Amino acid sequence: MSWFSTFLTSSVGRKLVMSLTGLFLIIFLVVHLIGNLQLLFDDGGEKFNLYAKFMTTNPVIKLTSYLLYAGILLHAIQGWLLWRSNANARETKYAVKVTRTVNTNSFASRNMGWLGTIIFIFILIHLYQFWLQMKMGVLEMVTYEDVEVDNLYYVVAQAFQNPLYVVFYVICMVVIAYHLLHGFQSAFQTLGLNHSKYSPLIRTVGRIYAVVVPLAFAFIPVYMYLQG
Amino acid sequence: MKLTLKIWRQGGKFKGELVTYQLDNVSEHMSFLEMLDVLNEELVQKKEEPVVFEHDCREGICGTCSMVINGYPHGPMQGTTACQLHMRHFKDGDTITIEPFRAKSFPVLKDLAVDRAAFDRIIQAGGFVSVNTGQAQDANSIPIEKEQAAEAFDAAACIGCGACVAACPNSSAMLFTSAKVAHLSLMPQGEVEKQRRVQAMVRQMDEEGFGACSNITACEAECPKEISVEYIAKLNRDYFASSLGSETKVK
Amino acid sequence: MKLDGKVPGGPLEEKWTQYRSSMPLVAPNNKRRLEVIVVGTGLAGASAAATLGELGYNVKAFTFHDSPRRAHSIAAQGGINAAKNYQNDGDSVYRLFYDTIKGGDYRSREANVHRLAEVSRNIIDQAVAQGVPFARDYGGLLANRSFGGVQVSRTFYARGQTGQQLLLGAYQSLSRQISLGTVKMYNRHEMLDIVRIDGKARGIIARNLITGELERHAAHAVVLASGGYGNVFYLSTNAMMCNVSAAWRAVRRGALMANPCFTQIHPTCIPVSGDYQSKLTLMSESLRNDGRVWVPKKQEDAKAIREGKKTGLDIPEADRDYYLERRYPAFGNLVPRDVASRAAKTACDEGLGVAPTGLAVYLDFSDAIMRYGKSKAHSSGNDHPDEKLVKELGTAVISEKYGNLFEMYEKITGENPYIYPMKIYPAVHYTMGGLWVDYNLETNIPGLFALGECNFSDHGANRLGASALMQGLADGYFVIPYTIGTFLSKEIRTPKFDPNGEAFKATEKAVKDRIDNLLSVQGNQSVESFHRRLGSIMWDYCGMSRNAEGLRKAVQMVRELKAEFYNDVFVPGGNNEYNPELEKALRVADFMELGETMILDALNRDESCGGHFREEYQTEDGEALRDDENFTYVAAWEYPGNGQEPILHKEELVFENVELKTRSYK
Repeated sequence: MSWFSTFLTSSVGRKLVMSLTGLFLIIFLVVHLIGNLQLLFDDGGEKFNLYAKFMTTNPVIKLTSYLLYAGILLHAIQGWLLWRSNANARETKYAVKVTRTVNTNSFASRNMGWLGTIIFIFILIHLYQFWLQMKMGVLEMVTYEDVEVDNLYYVVAQAFQNPLYVVFYVICMVVIAYHLLHGFQSAFQTLGLNHSKYSPLIRTVGRIYAVVVPLAFAFIPVYMYLQG
Repeated sequence: MKLTLKIWRQGGKFKGELVTYQLDNVSEHMSFLEMLDVLNEELVQKKEEPVVFEHDCREGICGTCSMVINGYPHGPMQGTTACQLHMRHFKDGDTITIEPFRAKSFPVLKDLAVDRAAFDRIIQAGGFVSVNTGQAQDANSIPIEKEQAAEAFDAAACIGCGACVAACPNSSAMLFTSAKVAHLSLMPQGEVEKQRRVQAMVRQMDEEGFGACSNITACEAECPKEISVEYIAKLNRDYFASSLGSETKVK
Repeated sequence: MKLDGKVPGGPLEEKWTQYRSSMPLVAPNNKRRLEVIVVGTGLAGASAAATLGELGYNVKAFTFHDSPRRAHSIAAQGGINAAKNYQNDGDSVYRLFYDTIKGGDYRSREANVHRLAEVSRNIIDQAVAQGVPFARDYGGLLANRSFGGVQVSRTFYARGQTGQQLLLGAYQSLSRQISLGTVKMYNRHEMLDIVRIDGKARGIIARNLITGELERHAAHAVVLASGGYGNVFYLSTNAMMCNVSAAWRAVRRGALMANPCFTQIHPTCIPVSGDYQSKLTLMSESLRNDGRVWVPKKQEDAKAIREGKKTGLDIPEADRDYYLERRYPAFGNLVPRDVASRAAKTACDEGLGVAPTGLAVYLDFSDAIMRYGKSKAHSSGNDHPDEKLVKELGTAVISEKYGNLFEMYEKITGENPYIYPMKIYPAVHYTMGGLWVDYNLETNIPGLFALGECNFSDHGANRLGASALMQGLADGYFVIPYTIGTFLSKEIRTPKFDPNGEAFKATEKAVKDRIDNLLSVQGNQSVESFHRRLGSIMWDYCGMSRNAEGLRKAVQMVRELKAEFYNDVFVPGGNNEYNPELEKALRVADFMELGETMILDALNRDESCGGHFREEYQTEDGEALRDDENFTYVAAWEYPGNGQEPILHKEELVFENVELKTRSYK
């Protein structure tokens, strides 16, 4: 094996992949949230649709989006492989086991695989519902100042009138919150960024992020549903 | 006090199962292992085979004792080995479940005894300073900053008991490995070989079949010597630097 | 039998250097052909196996532990002595030599002790080079502290875990040799016999503790580093598995047991709390640097404390007897271990003990806490701190120095030693006696060497604190690698031995018979109960103080116990399995024979010296009374077995450089 594949297939190297893709997805979430917040403008979806148009046509963003798909896949596949091999490292399970942790959420840290699986399924549904329809060009078009764009807003607004879907969406945000609660600081720890002077800050930022971002995401469908 | 014990028995006539024993007359001043001694004495009196459990110094330093008590490696008291745990932390009428340290890389030998030779092989892969006897310079010719020496010591305090592996939901040996890597690479004597050491020890650790670290930190919570996961972060740093940034390739 | 110590000629300080430069060597190409077995991988064994491996010998190392890192060397807390004179307090090789000879009450070999003092300096260098994290000062240089029985600071330490760090250093060196293939490691193997061919030691029979299989291992020489036999007392600070069997099996094959009655009772251990107790826990001697030992002056106060009506805190200063400071003003709380232990026993015998059992004295840190607190406050510019602040600051200093020991004390006793004075009592800790060896560390069996606590060589009748680590590592790193050449240089033409030869088969059969014999008794009493009974005989009659009448009685008791053991012991399980009860049975059987020999040795030595205190031989104020005229010798015992009495051989000790004086710490 070459030195590089030796590195990448080592337990530490595999974790680096998780960490880097995870951090990338964490950044992406903010960008995505900024877009979603456009839904809250009471303008019939103009800002949101223009934003969506920008995101799907700008070449730099397009390139980034391919990286994003790769990142999601890599994070999911690597995560699944690690999950499987970690589970295999203990053949007989404990009859009684308590897992105490230090500075991280025990439930979240132990269940990253399950949480991640749910998130992955959510992403698939999510993509199918919004992204795929837009890509296939089956959406209605609207025109703003001579520019014709897909009316993605309409699809979203429709979806968010379904109370079941809103509940599903909110639950998934809770799952993401837990995933982030461990994942945020875990990514730094894996990168080796653990320092008695700075780690408390990283952990605090991580906790705030894990709560605020999913909360903001979850707020939008609830708000839109209640607005009718 | 009276206790109900559910103890993992494996080997001989036991296929691998929790067996229930009643034990009366346990004194709160006994250590946990002395309580097991009393049980074994009773079993021998009844001509039954006593429970095999590993123990030696009974002072919390040799790292031999290894059992999971009510779901906690070394028992519920943090920073304490099973041999230093005393019965005053239990109540009359308690049911106590005792299992071996479980991991594929720590196969059960009998009852509560497991084979931790994998740890020896990780050390053999590079957990040393390559200096032959007689080659040393005067001890005071290498000054080491007090704080740095203390940091190295905190890592060196590892007793190699394997509670980190037992506690980790992934059965990862990262805390053990990182403690030795950190102890040596934090000192100038060991720094010389740090590039090779970190790669070799991680590779051996992986070959032994331990799981990967996912930063759950259960290891630190259960480590009887309270070794910090900061050393795992340090290992990661050292490993990246060595694998990606140095000339060293460990085949 | 004439015992020749083989001490080389020349002036004391040049003996070792000259000898080392003139002793026969084995060429590298021949080393590759020679095999050495090392039994035991604690400090002495691991350092020896590693160093012999580095030199190019083919080494096979054996331990009954699951890993060499578990050896009981790991539990040594306080430190390791070395004549480095880093503190500029007048230390020197000669002073370490002299302190050790004097501390040992003039019952050790001058040349051995001087060599030990010489190489002590190399040990520190070696350990530091291996990455042992010794304590350091702010300037980055090594720190030292003082220990009992000496007036200089020469003890190097690594918090309260010096033994652990040194053992890990040796273990790591050994691991390196294992990875290089020069040492083949056999974990979980217990040596059960020595194989002799033409009188020389040529191999061992070992039992694989997991499968129970007996294995024959051949070599050109055998090195025993199997530790001490303190567990003959059942309760001791030794680890549960420490035993005499490897050494005793050598005795049964003709080696001599030297000075077996010289056992060290350590003054600062956590007192016994109940009869279920399995072992005793040591509190490092370093605590006596800052702790003051006392008992109440009045019996009624002691009684009230024992009954739980008072605590140490309730006794006013004027009613406390700081008996060590009173009796030994020059050394105070830092008198050697034997002296401190006996003084504690005397106090408790007078009814002044402070534990419910009556067997404990106080070790009090409140003065040290106040002293350190004031100095700390002063150094931060506060010249008039209140008492609360002083206590707080002082507690922090004490916690930094001894934190782990205080924690351990609290875990075991459930009492906070920062508030209540610690309770301590002496307990068996170390055995100065051991296999008789000459200057080369070779026993009277050619090709059989003994290192570390397993031999008798350097500590005389009493070992000074922080000298056990020193001796173990001196023997392993810096003595045996040279001296083994005196034997092996004559063996370079000897081909490898066939482990299927007659001698091996016969010895293996003897071992098998012994095991089968124990398993076949199928009596009614557990091995543990016999061990407990043996221990209590030994402690009562051959413990901290002994007398002829008690010893005569004890020898009978041990013989009867032994007979009962072979008639009524119950060993569950079989041979071909992982069977800790069988392991224990084999060890206890050997302890009984050793115990008998110890008692005979104590009975023979009509004097008091070091750890051996015969009540008939004491001064008016209760100090040990040595008899240099008649007992300046090493008592080496041959154990013929088969019901025959052990036979005494003497090696006269010659003192050319130090004058034999009454040891005084007053």
